Amino acid sequence: MYPENLRYTGEHEWIRVEGGSGVVGITHFAQDALGDVVYVELPETGRVVKAGEAFGAVESVKSVSDLYSPVGGTVTGVNAELAGRPELVNQDPYGEGWMIVIELADPGEADGLLSARAYQELLKEG
Amino acid sequence: MQRTPLYELHRRLGARMVSFGGWEMPVQYAGIAAEHRAVRENAGLFDASHMGELRVSGTGAGAFLQWAVTADAGRVGRVVYSPVCLASGGVLDDILVYRLAEDDYLLVVNAGNKDKDLAWFSEAAEAGVSVEDRSADRALLALQGPLAADVLGRVTRVSLDGLGYYRFRDGVEVAGVRCLVSRTGYTGEDGFELFCAPEDAVRLFAELLAAGAAPAGLGARDTLRLEAAMPLYGNELNEKTSPLEAGLDRFVSFTKGDFSGRAALLRQIETGVAKKLAGFEPAVPGIPRHGYPLVHGGREVGTVTSGTMSPTLGKAIGLGYLPPGLTDLAVIIRGRECPVKIVSTPFYRRAKQ
Repeated sequence: MYPENLRYTGEHEWIRVEGGSGVVGITHFAQDALGDVVYVELPETGRVVKAGEAFGAVESVKSVSDLYSPVGGTVTGVNAELAGRPELVNQDPYGEGWMIVIELADPGEADGLLSARAYQELLKEG
Repeated sequence: MQRTPLYELHRRLGARMVSFGGWEMPVQYAGIAAEHRAVRENAGLFDASHMGELRVSGTGAGAFLQWAVTADAGRVGRVVYSPVCLASGGVLDDILVYRLAEDDYLLVVNAGNKDKDLAWFSEAAEAGVSVEDRSADRALLALQGPLAADVLGRVTRVSLDGLGYYRFRDGVEVAGVRCLVSRTGYTGEDGFELFCAPEDAVRLFAELLAAGAAPAGLGARDTLRLEAAMPLYGNELNEKTSPLEAGLDRFVSFTKGDFSGRAALLRQIETGVAKKLAGFEPAVPGIPRHGYPLVHGGREVGTVTSGTMSPTLGKAIGLGYLPPGLTDLAVIIRGRECPVKIVSTPFYRRAKQ
């Protein structure tokens, strides 16, 4: 449910850092709480985001939630597949349901985010 | 927070519960999209026990009801959908009127409006007309979908094939439970609504599931009614909006005699309405939601009352109030101006049998 190789935020995003870039998506908990995802609004590549800044939105049948960037940097890729198949966020939140790639302004920034264990502790606290 | 007799069963079925109109209700079981599809393609079963029921009876009840509601209150054995208007023409509630006997009516009202409805009807009723809150005496289940009649046929020996749209029959035994059954619903599909004693609700619900219906929650109820462009009180309707503005003209009878709100509505016809409920679809990706502004030439001219991604049509749809006749409209979605196309409603209409 919560892979060890990812870092997490209290806003239920995850990031997988590979070199100087990170792939970002939402967690299993977030997709389950949202229910059927029907639309994902993503930024243009090249956009500069700060840590904690909203970069897009994910909509289920009933609700709209902002997506917050776990780190600061430049958006270098977006998952265009989600435009036609938003359900991938539910089906495979850590794989095909990924949302954006960010080139980190500070490659060490992700180290300060939650580990899988810490994130699960947070979920338990509710 | 109130709970229906089916609360424990909903939990056992894995429902996610939400607060609605003062009630703790299931919003979804398997998922809204799957439940929506079940109702459009097979049969879904809703707990609608949160709805309020008022009994209006006594000599003069018939004349009183004709005054209280805007539609023609109908004949014995019929169900009539009607707005109830204040003197201002604003909508107090939109209700179903079941005429049980000459001077005996059951009104099915919105859960969140029940208390104010009871106060309004009691205040307005003349001597000899009794208005009682009977909500606690009845559970209400809605069996909806193209296969609803087949599912129902498996658990009753009474043939309901001949029960016409917006007709009801009382004292029907379904799964060993005595019910009042009407051919009504809030989904745009064929279907039935079944009233029973609260203590029989679990048995009836469970037997209908066993007969092939899928449990469906308030989430699917909302997307289904929106595709069918049926108004939801609090979204499309409120005390500041008239039934004419809401496009409910065919549920207002000016020929039946006086009724509450009649003079105000006639004035509105003379002067023309300032806003009218319209259906629309965004021309670019994005989902309109309740409360989003509708604009024309950069100026806000209306508001979205309901919007969703339509599971049946696979595109975003919305309802909102707009000045009549305007074109070149857009909806503001998170700061972005998205052009919309006005479309005729309902968005979805079931195929004729």
